[in-house]
Amino acid sequence: MNCHDALLVQAYLDDELDAAQSLEVARHMEACERCGTYYRRLEATRGAMSHPQLRYQAPAYLRASILPAAPRTSAMTRRRPPAWGLALAASFLALAAIGSFGLLRGTGPRQDAMVAEAISGHMRSMQINHLIDVVSTDQHTVKPWFDGKLDFSPEVTDLAAEGFPLAGGRMDVLQGRSVAALVYRHRLHVINLYQWPAAGSTEPAATAADGYNSVSWTEGGMAFIAVSNVAPDALDAFVAAFRGRNSLRNESKR
Amino acid sequence: MPALLAAMSPAPDRHRTARFEACFLPHLDAAWNLARWLARSDADAEDALQESMLRALRYFDSFNGENPRVWLLAIVRNTTWTLIAKKPGQGVHESLDEDLHLLVDGGPTPEAIALVASDIAVLQSALDTLPAPLREIVVLRELEGFSYKEIATITSLKIGTVMSRLARARERLAAELVRSPLEVSP
Repeated sequence: MNCHDALLVQAYLDDELDAAQSLEVARHMEACERCGTYYRRLEATRGAMSHPQLRYQAPAYLRASILPAAPRTSAMTRRRPPAWGLALAASFLALAAIGSFGLLRGTGPRQDAMVAEAISGHMRSMQINHLIDVVSTDQHTVKPWFDGKLDFSPEVTDLAAEGFPLAGGRMDVLQGRSVAALVYRHRLHVINLYQWPAAGSTEPAATAADGYNSVSWTEGGMAFIAVSNVAPDALDAFVAAFRGRNSLRNESKR
Repeated sequence: MPALLAAMSPAPDRHRTARFEACFLPHLDAAWNLARWLARSDADAEDALQESMLRALRYFDSFNGENPRVWLLAIVRNTTWTLIAKKPGQGVHESLDEDLHLLVDGGPTPEAIALVASDIAVLQSALDTLPAPLREIVVLRELEGFSYKEIATITSLKIGTVMSRLARARERLAAELVRSPLEVSP
């Protein structure tokens, strides 16, 4: 093996080769012990460097010092909704996002604004240490926590079996309305699921903006918006899992 | 501390600031991670990141909307190196022999590397002691998951250089990991 081969083996490890080249390198490594050993050393080194604690997280004070004042202040007072200032600031952000990017597609202007705010809310929840008010993976703890804090009872379902464990919940405000936000995890990602009472029924509609994906739908007297930076198909799988569990439960109630 | 971007932006510019935020705030952790590994201290990384965000906002109009993470990290990388170079006693441009002499044979076994893979102190010190030109490639590849092409864009290096530096960086990391004095030898 020469150095050229070494770079090929490395490129194979880093998934940088096309299918034909990959096959060639894989075949070669079966026959060549030196390249196989080199590959396993590279792999072990990469495995070691994938330790999650190696990645520095931006300190909260730094985030705060870079963020403009409005969303920061409002997010910090979020525990006492509904602050009209927050609604104003958030809708300003939402309008700016829609107006300048034109990235949001949805069923109507009001729905667009709601989705944009849900995305802003998701971003704030990740930036400020306010992702979760009630920490629990147990739906029977999370659901009662909302009692008395909201004028409705949100649908809470753990989806750990489907790969989306429930992490907790919190109160949030979208367009001046108090909503329930459930927090789910998917590997290293966070999914925020917002819900509030709404009439009618709409099929899930997907939106992508600024690296975040969202899916919104209405059913069973509730409107839902799921927001995350997981891949679109993972978010679709989450929505399908949530709707599946809910329809099962609603049928059994009857 | 006053909110930096808000202070930078007079009222008519709030629209632009909101767009800027929507674009780049999701990548603040990536920006910080790179700045922190290059600067190797919180204080320097903080200066570098503040300066980077100001530069990014200033040049925002030239951003083509394609890959915000790559665009931002290129700014962070250049800004951090510039800042570090101004500090006395910091040899950023450590001479690096670009000739490729890989120790293809020999070197630690995968098993020996796996032994320290969960020891965060050993991992950190191994990465910290890499020469700067190798360290940045490892951070971009292993910690941020960029492709060779993206790393080449961020660092303004040729892809071939990225590949050979990455191979040499991994070789040195592997050696450093098993050499660690924290590791109890049998």
